[in-house]
Amino acid sequence: MYNYVGYIVLAPFVGFLLNGLFGKKINSEKLSGIIGAGAVGLSFAGAVSIFFEMLNSPVEGRSHIVTIFNWITAGSLSINAAYQVDQLSILMTLVVTGVGFLIHVYSIGYMHGDHGFWRFFAYLNLFIFMMLNLVLANNFLLMFLGWEGVGLCSFLLIGFWHDRKFDTGGYKPGSAMTTDAAKKAFIVNRIGDFGFLIAMFMIFQFFGSLSFDDVFSRAAAVGTVGDKTFFWITLLLFLGATGKSAQIPLFIWLPDAMAGPTPVSALIHAATMVTAGVYMVARCSILFVLAPATMNIIAIVGVATAVFAATMGLVQNDIKKVLAYSTVSQLGYMFLGLGVGSFASGIFHVMTHAFFKALLFLGAGAVIHAMHDEQDIQNMGGLKSKMPTTYKTFFIAALAIAGIPPLSGFFSKDEILFQAFSHGSVVFWVLGWLTAGLTAFYMFRLVSLTFEGTERWGHDKHPHEAPKAMTIPLIILAVLSVVGGLVGIPLSLGGNNAIEHWLDPIFEHANVRLLLVPQSDTSIEYLLMALSVAIAVAGIWFARKIYLKNPEIAEKVSSSFRGIYKLLWNKYYVDELYDGAIVTPTVKISEKLLWKGIDVGIIDGIVNGSGTLTRWVSSQLRKIQTGFAQNYALAIVVGVIVILGILFGR
Amino acid sequence: MNVEVVFFYVVAVVAIASALLMITRRNPMQSVLFLIVNFFCLAVLYLFLHAQFIAIVQILVYAGAIMVLFLFVIMLLNLGDEQMPPEKVSFRKIISYCLAGVVLLQILVGIDLPMGMTWGGVSPRSAEIGTVEFLGKSLYTDYLFPFEITSILLLAAIVGVMVLAKKKFN
Amino acid sequence: MEISSIPLHYYLGLSAVLFVIGVAGVLTRRNAIVVFMCIELMLNSVNLTLVAFSSYLGTTTGQILVFFVMAVAAAEAAVGLAIIIALFRNKQTVDINEINIMKW
Repeated sequence: MYNYVGYIVLAPFVGFLLNGLFGKKINSEKLSGIIGAGAVGLSFAGAVSIFFEMLNSPVEGRSHIVTIFNWITAGSLSINAAYQVDQLSILMTLVVTGVGFLIHVYSIGYMHGDHGFWRFFAYLNLFIFMMLNLVLANNFLLMFLGWEGVGLCSFLLIGFWHDRKFDTGGYKPGSAMTTDAAKKAFIVNRIGDFGFLIAMFMIFQFFGSLSFDDVFSRAAAVGTVGDKTFFWITLLLFLGATGKSAQIPLFIWLPDAMAGPTPVSALIHAATMVTAGVYMVARCSILFVLAPATMNIIAIVGVATAVFAATMGLVQNDIKKVLAYSTVSQLGYMFLGLGVGSFASGIFHVMTHAFFKALLFLGAGAVIHAMHDEQDIQNMGGLKSKMPTTYKTFFIAALAIAGIPPLSGFFSKDEILFQAFSHGSVVFWVLGWLTAGLTAFYMFRLVSLTFEGTERWGHDKHPHEAPKAMTIPLIILAVLSVVGGLVGIPLSLGGNNAIEHWLDPIFEHANVRLLLVPQSDTSIEYLLMALSVAIAVAGIWFARKIYLKNPEIAEKVSSSFRGIYKLLWNKYYVDELYDGAIVTPTVKISEKLLWKGIDVGIIDGIVNGSGTLTRWVSSQLRKIQTGFAQNYALAIVVGVIVILGILFGR
Repeated sequence: MNVEVVFFYVVAVVAIASALLMITRRNPMQSVLFLIVNFFCLAVLYLFLHAQFIAIVQILVYAGAIMVLFLFVIMLLNLGDEQMPPEKVSFRKIISYCLAGVVLLQILVGIDLPMGMTWGGVSPRSAEIGTVEFLGKSLYTDYLFPFEITSILLLAAIVGVMVLAKKKFN
Repeated sequence: MEISSIPLHYYLGLSAVLFVIGVAGVLTRRNAIVVFMCIELMLNSVNLTLVAFSSYLGTTTGQILVFFVMAVAAAEAAVGLAIIIALFRNKQTVDINEINIMKW
């Protein structure tokens, strides 16, 4: 079964080719949809079969490397196109293909009537192909191929409706197109990729190889912890992760990536691509463990991003923007988990987050679809009677993300908070706990303003429930959001934390190094759990009280804290800061110095100048031809003198 | 002092003087006449060297034919005196004379080098060589090919002259 | 005849002087016909050198060469004068400073 992993990766690529090359000719939404969704469905089926085979084999026999072909051999560098099928990658593969399949099915309904239907599915399939390469790769270079590839697909899909304007919300209003958002995503990702690339160079130089087996086994054999080399390698890898997974300082692209169609936001910018950074850090756990300083940085950046983004989500009025900031915030949680040494909890939250965030986005997509592309929640309200299924699933997802037990979000988020408390510091726990409260608050603000309360939309809109192709994936994801946490029930509550045990062999080298202090006793754990549930409930209660019963409280608060409100609404002016400090100077330098100065002036100058020089020299030289024969005779005599001089001079 | 050497000097001086006069006269007729005098001096010098044939041919061909041709052309074109250039002393003239002087110096230096060897006088065979029969024999045996080619050259010259100097009949 | 006691280099020196006078004339004069005559002078000085060497070395080569030089000089003089006549017909002048169309 393992040997078929190549086909699992290949199926979406075939789907991409079919839809990409022939989609326009086929001109049938049904066929394109079947090809697209079917390809991912096949991949999912393959992944499931491998998973069951893995379950039935002993722990030592669960990790396989399947080599497809030899990709690059140059000197001492030998890279294979090979896939590592082990517990971590199969988990990621299941999430990617499973959630991906559901979103593909949803898209058949959502993108109905769009004249780029076939192109959409082609790009989506290409994305799945690249993402599978990323999570299944057994060496850094193949992972980087997938890394770049998903960035490319993100670009293509964000700018899918390339002729539409896009409201960036306060920052340079009215001038931006969706293609600008796509470019922003790609360029910001590139900055992170630069870090990844340099880290790869350093890894190759230090370890002599790029394949995970070689690098990790050699790293495990290293005696010292805190070596400078490891610090830089891991820091640069983390830089790449901040780009791809939208952490501080490179998170700015994610809110603007909402310019793309909602299934894209669900798949790429919630469930899968943005988790690539988390996966990468988890995969390279041994490297990070050998650089404790970087781990600290990761934890700090993670928790800071979580709080930061949550505060920004409080005041957004675009339904997708709220969810985007929520994604950034939840990704911060995942990195917090990784940073304090609990890699399994980070991956666990990846899984549960994929379920409920995809559900939230798909539900938002259904709402947008029903409201004819209206995205401002101030113009919604009272939709629960018109779209009952969407409302119920959305509500379930909101409960999950708020961390209400026994939904999945509670278990994964709580695990992270507990690990942060035990192995990090209390500060981490406090900030994470506050963020949980904020999360609950803004999510239920969203629910209240969108689905409940008074109807604030004009009577030219006729919202109705979404078609089956869209609601069935919502229901499936809702079920997963509820039960998905059961694989990670901690010991203290009677479970056996199956997911952590499942992933143990992957992280054993790292865990050995971490010398984790044994967990605090269960009473603390119960206390912490109670506290998180309490603040989540409090957040929900406050949100419902304000936005359902007394909306004027929200008005009063925002007007009395005008300054803070403005700061939050303008996203802490981070975009403006980057524009002023980095983008504008770079553009100016490129234009004035590099383009006009060097390229036109010097390089063109040299090339054109040599032509001009030749012309000038010849214009002077041709004056020798005066037409007077006596001048020529004079020249002959001079020549004779020279020759005679040479001859008789010897 | 040897009579020959004195005589040589006289002839040489006349030759140089006539050449100098030739290049400085404004009237082209005068230049022609002085050149003829120069040719006569050269013919005398050829005789000194026992080259009888060459001497006679010099007078016949050069002084007799070529110079007469020059005279005809000058009279045909009815040229006046050469106009004086606007400036008295022209830059070109100075340069030209200087360069000519430099060439002269170089050649004289060049001649001087083999003068390390002692050249005897004229070879005893020179009288024999200079005769018509001997030259003729040499011409028609060793140098037959150039001789024949020269005839073609003269033919080409004739044809060229006729074409170039023809009046156009329209 | 007794052996001539005029050293060879007297002839060579004289020839050099005549040659240089011819060069000066070519470079200086403006009348095309006079320039031609100076060229003839240069040819003659070379003839003198050739004959001198022929006599002093006892070979006929020099004198044969002079023979051919004269033939060529005659042909060249004829053609050159024909050109000058043709030129005169067009430009009414033989001043070589006026004949300068082939320039840049």
